[in-house]
Amino acid sequence: MKSKTAKLILKDGSQYIGESFGAEKSVAGEVVFATGMVGYPEALTDPSFKGQILVLTYPLVGNYGVPKKEFWESSKIQVSGLVVCNYIDTPSHHAMQTTLGKWLKKEGIPALQIKDTRALTQKLRNEGVSLGKLIAGRNNVAFKNPNLRNLVAEVSTKEIYEIYPHLVFGSHPKHAPYIRGRRKEGVQTIVLVDCGLKYNIIRRLVARKFRVMVVPWDTDVTKLDFPFSAVVLSNGPGDPQKAKITIANVKKIIAKKIPILGICLGNQILTLAQGGTTYKLKFGHRSQNQPVVERRTKNKIQKCYLTTQNHGFAVNKIPNGFKEWFYNANDGTNEGIIHESLPIMSVQFHPESSPGPLDTDWVFDFFLKKAGIHLTPPSAPLSLPRRGEGGEVEYL
Amino acid sequence: MKTNFKKILILGSGALKIGEAGEFDYSGSQAVKALKEEKIKVILVNPNIATFQTSKTLADEVYFLPIDSYFVEKIIAKERPDGIMLSFGGQTALNCGLELYEKGILKKYNVKVLGSPISSIMLTEDREKFAKHLRNINIPVPPSGSATNLKEAKTAAEKIGFPLMVRAAFALGGQKSGVANNQRELEKIVTGALAVSPQVLIEKYLHHFKEIEYEVVRDKFGNTVTVCNMENLDPLGIHTGDSIVIAPSQTLNNEEYHRLREASIKIVQSLKIVGECNVQFALNPHPNPLPKGEGAPSPSGKVRDGVLDYFVIEVNARLSRSSALASKATGYPLAYVAAKLALGKSLLQTENKITKVTQSFFEPALDYVVVKMPRWDLAKFVGAFEHIGSAMKSVGEVMAIGRSFEEALEKAVRMQSGLTESVTDNGFKDSREIKMYLNIPTPRRIFAITESIKKGVSVGEIHKITGIDLWFLHRIQNIVNIERRFLKNKTLSRENLLNLKQTGFSDKKIGSLCGKTELKIRRLRKDLGVEPFVFAIDTLAGEVPAKTNYLYLTYHGAHHDVTPLGKNAIVVLGSGPYHIGSSVEFDWSCVHASLALRRHGKQSVIINCNPETVSTDYDMSDRLYFEDLSFETVADIFEFEKAFGLVISVGGQRPNNLAKKLSEAGFHILGTKASDIDRAEDRNEFSALLDKLDILQPKWQSFTSTKEALKFAQREGFPVLVRPSYVLSGSAMRVCYNREQLFDFISKAAVLSPKHPVTISKYIENAKELEFDAVAQKGELMIYGISEHVENAGVHSGDATIVYPTQRVYASTEFQLREISKKIARELSITGPFNIQFLVKDNIPYVIEVNLRASRTFPFLSKAMDVNFPEIAVDSFLGKAKTHNFIYPKSVLVKSPQFSFSRLLGADPVLRVEMSSTGEAACFGRDYDEALLKSILSTNKFDFKNKNVLLSLGGEINKAKFLETAGLLFSLGYTIFATDTTGEFLKKQNVKCTTVRKAYQQSPNALDIIEGKKVAFVVNLSKTETAAGNGKGKIGHIITDGFHIRRAAVDSQIPLFTDLHLARAFIKALARYGVKDLEIKSYKVYLN
Repeated sequence: MKSKTAKLILKDGSQYIGESFGAEKSVAGEVVFATGMVGYPEALTDPSFKGQILVLTYPLVGNYGVPKKEFWESSKIQVSGLVVCNYIDTPSHHAMQTTLGKWLKKEGIPALQIKDTRALTQKLRNEGVSLGKLIAGRNNVAFKNPNLRNLVAEVSTKEIYEIYPHLVFGSHPKHAPYIRGRRKEGVQTIVLVDCGLKYNIIRRLVARKFRVMVVPWDTDVTKLDFPFSAVVLSNGPGDPQKAKITIANVKKIIAKKIPILGICLGNQILTLAQGGTTYKLKFGHRSQNQPVVERRTKNKIQKCYLTTQNHGFAVNKIPNGFKEWFYNANDGTNEGIIHESLPIMSVQFHPESSPGPLDTDWVFDFFLKKAGIHLTPPSAPLSLPRRGEGGEVEYL
Repeated sequence: MKTNFKKILILGSGALKIGEAGEFDYSGSQAVKALKEEKIKVILVNPNIATFQTSKTLADEVYFLPIDSYFVEKIIAKERPDGIMLSFGGQTALNCGLELYEKGILKKYNVKVLGSPISSIMLTEDREKFAKHLRNINIPVPPSGSATNLKEAKTAAEKIGFPLMVRAAFALGGQKSGVANNQRELEKIVTGALAVSPQVLIEKYLHHFKEIEYEVVRDKFGNTVTVCNMENLDPLGIHTGDSIVIAPSQTLNNEEYHRLREASIKIVQSLKIVGECNVQFALNPHPNPLPKGEGAPSPSGKVRDGVLDYFVIEVNARLSRSSALASKATGYPLAYVAAKLALGKSLLQTENKITKVTQSFFEPALDYVVVKMPRWDLAKFVGAFEHIGSAMKSVGEVMAIGRSFEEALEKAVRMQSGLTESVTDNGFKDSREIKMYLNIPTPRRIFAITESIKKGVSVGEIHKITGIDLWFLHRIQNIVNIERRFLKNKTLSRENLLNLKQTGFSDKKIGSLCGKTELKIRRLRKDLGVEPFVFAIDTLAGEVPAKTNYLYLTYHGAHHDVTPLGKNAIVVLGSGPYHIGSSVEFDWSCVHASLALRRHGKQSVIINCNPETVSTDYDMSDRLYFEDLSFETVADIFEFEKAFGLVISVGGQRPNNLAKKLSEAGFHILGTKASDIDRAEDRNEFSALLDKLDILQPKWQSFTSTKEALKFAQREGFPVLVRPSYVLSGSAMRVCYNREQLFDFISKAAVLSPKHPVTISKYIENAKELEFDAVAQKGELMIYGISEHVENAGVHSGDATIVYPTQRVYASTEFQLREISKKIARELSITGPFNIQFLVKDNIPYVIEVNLRASRTFPFLSKAMDVNFPEIAVDSFLGKAKTHNFIYPKSVLVKSPQFSFSRLLGADPVLRVEMSSTGEAACFGRDYDEALLKSILSTNKFDFKNKNVLLSLGGEINKAKFLETAGLLFSLGYTIFATDTTGEFLKKQNVKCTTVRKAYQQSPNALDIIEGKKVAFVVNLSKTETAAGNGKGKIGHIITDGFHIRRAAVDSQIPLFTDLHLARAFIKALARYGVKDLEIKSYKVYLN
């Protein structure tokens, strides 16, 4: 065989030897698995994976190569390392710019093909996520727990930037590429607190003709010197308890009764800001097929949605004044909370999807409507323009 | 939540035909089970006697009657169900249900349609209205028009522009549809389509678009999931039933996958589907940038990526072949869930039967890939075109599971035929042939692709020709490269072997590449520790610890998901893909054997690779291996499980063929010893055995030279039955009536050499054929049943109409049959099932064939006799069988073959020594005539009101033998149309008739009468010596007038009789019974 061997070592000493197809480098991190069957470029660039070595359970990875930056979820690969069953080096897709292997090498991320990802997955499932290291370079590295770091601070933007309703697809000078447009009068502003956001949150807001102001994780939103209509608290990596400043700031936002929508880590931060608690899940939810059920008081028939999820921590105690909005149909864990009267709410899943099912895009509309923000048109196309398709959203 | 329904009627799909195979046995069975769990009384209508769903233990009442609005109305009137389910019996059930609805019958009896609203079903069935509906909800559909005549079709074509796809509305599996590139082709296809359907749909042909399918499930509260998506390897234009399909899609990115998913959910929501729905898309692999003015313009003029260019091409608001595949591919019991949802339950209230810890509202995550490959049998049909396209021609399919595409594809290739070892194996003559098969889609295309890659044609070039995505071609190229690398360096190192196994190569193939035997490679492989791992399908890619028994083997692993069952386990081999000669009846035996083993406290392990079966359902065995039925795989599984024994005699010929090899390798085969099986299968040994026992057989001999063969034939007298051991093309058996035909057949169609002898036997004319089915234990008969062919010997037993109990057989003959069978059973120390075919002439029985396995007639006889033959077979394996006494039945059961000729362009619909039927139906009756009539009505569309008939009787003998029946027809009030000589003959004999012109003569002629549906049925009897395939001096097919008549009848869906005895029996029955005289009685009533 031409390719070099490399190995994944777990904290308990178990080793998985395979072929290296990424950068020749050794890294340490938390080993987690995800079961989505498509969307590896989106997953790899999702900042929520910061500090993690990602194991993909779908056995063929690399099939359609890697598209250009406009389609990523952040400006770079965020995972520390990648482990797959079989890497496909002969991709085929019209939107492809490069192969997965070349991309990983270029971005300096090691990757490993080990065949039996199922055994590894089962181990992580049974014993819980584990620290691990991927040795693909000459040097060895020490195990390190990324959750001890303030990962949010690492991935967040350092400065405020603004994005306008889309007219042009282009590149942002500093932050890679998403939809950005011309300055236009009369549009409302949404403040998006970047705890490690996925670009698709911006795309989904901008698609609704909002101006989006992205602010760093530790921004005191209540002190911003421009008017805005609502706040969205983004997803992000690691333990929510580490984002102490954000938690304190969110408390202030809520005190001022500013409408706020939390996503993923945002759900946990919102909970902590209002006196609830969070805990670490055994092996987290990282997949595109997580069923969530909306709790409804009016009729007994429950509505379920399929969601994308990527989190290792979850809400335990729901804060006073809030009620459970969604719960997970498989394990009953909390999937969202909503204030009893105010437009303050959060979801544990990713309504912006990318990767994953587009079932819960309505959450944005629901939030905006509750926040009394007028929508014209009521909804807009999803992440990309679509031919001939209107984007009806079923209002609740 | 409780449901208010107390009694529900389920419609089955009737006899298996191309486009509607065993998958509906699976879906119907799951539905029945789902309803029984809710304590609802279930009434099932299905004349398919070989199905599991019609077992006595499943539904409360089973009606073996035609799926036809007349009969179903009678059943409704009698049973008074409060609900009806239409989506579990394919298009047949759906069409029948729509008719019941439109005729107001459902309303009249207050029967509620469960599941999707009938208005939605009707909408999806009317292509034009449905296209409009989709446009209204902003879902793109290909530009199209519809027409009810040729003129309208031409106008529509002009508007849309060529190339065009033309389809018949309300037709099964793309029947009579095709691509028209010009006016001439358009005319031809439209005319054909209008013959089977009142409406044709003409739409833009989307050249080389990808074909993607989604299986969607929705509950009545609007909760919706897509259970699976699938990608066709073949681009649009080849019917999905004839495509190699992979699940999940491989070449779609997140955007495409989820946007198409969203579109399919939107469609399903708009239709308010309750249950299952299938949505098929055409996706442009090379989308153009948005045209100016559409969407947001790009000021920079830059080409925008990510434009999704797709169209919806089909929606099926019912369970389908694809949903069966999706169900088996993911482990999600779609039909079971759909039935629960139809009762008004929500997805959250329905347990996930695989994990048992989650519920049904989720989408399976796969950690493997699935490759489905169709199984065709086109060579079995004289004259059938090999070309595949938008009309389905395959008769079955296999599903292979692996952790790489290569592994799954190579498995699928082996599963499909049981003969081909690798996609790199093929028998192309020369480069011209390769090129032809690369350019024209046929069942051999995948092999032509591989061979072309081998020969150095670039994947880019192949992509351009075939439209197959480069991703797949690269994977095939990888198989070729690995084979090539091994051929250069044949070192059998651990690394090399593992690499070959991970790429899907079989031991046999590796052996053939390096000049070693399969067993040698196997031994070496095991010594080196290269063994497959047992993985489970758990619907959640390992995320949840699932209690699943659904398994496959892979070399892309390093652990087993399960531990061996050990000595309490018994492995049951299934039948593999459905094909001509091996159909649902073997799966039926297999399932019952598996269930019987459980009752004996054994753990059953089923191995099968056919996704259209009940045997591959999650609750039919203790463990299911979705795997190949090859020696290698069976041995791997058996050795892993450390099982007690193997049952090879309930799955038809395929597993039976493994007897010798498995036994030589030391595996314990339950029942008759392999050496005895071999004695029965070896022609010479068996012949000697019969001679020893003083049992008669038709005279036969094997030949290696034409001269000797001719000598034998002349000595014994023509006709003779010729069976080459190696066939070049076409049929493997032929009756030859003279020297010329014999010479011609063996010199042109077969290979005659010392290595490939030809067997010639005396063909006894005008003899009866009888089936003797039995189970023996240690050589003693435990139970037996004798059934009788309506047709004379010479029609393949699979194509024959069969009746139980016998109607025209002497008691003394039956006695002789039993005595002969006893002798044979004793001589071969038979334990288990067996079948003997007898030919009887002048009360003298001759043995023509013995099979030491369950036969096709097992379910038929079991149901007729109300005993379960496979169960008794299992008893016998364990030494616990008891002798059953013969009880004369109170009713008569008749089984009719179902043909699919209308699907096979060019095929000659005539009965021969080789089988060509695709399924069967059987009905009970108070007597032979009634049962026969019902049975024929189950496999034909017969109009009792139409009192016109066309007779075309070839040869003096046929004319004379049919005379009395023709008179009977006349007295029944039939207007007889007759072809020239038949007309002359009848007139001479004073039977009034109208002579019609020959097919090739000017209109009006015989064809016009048929195509205009002027006659209720056609009797076309050929002179025996010129019957199809026996054309004078010609090998292959000659187009005769008779052919045109037969073909026209089949194409116009008019019942056709080509056998004298069957035609006479049918008309006799018609004289006795009108449709109103036919009893509406359930199975249980017939038994008691």
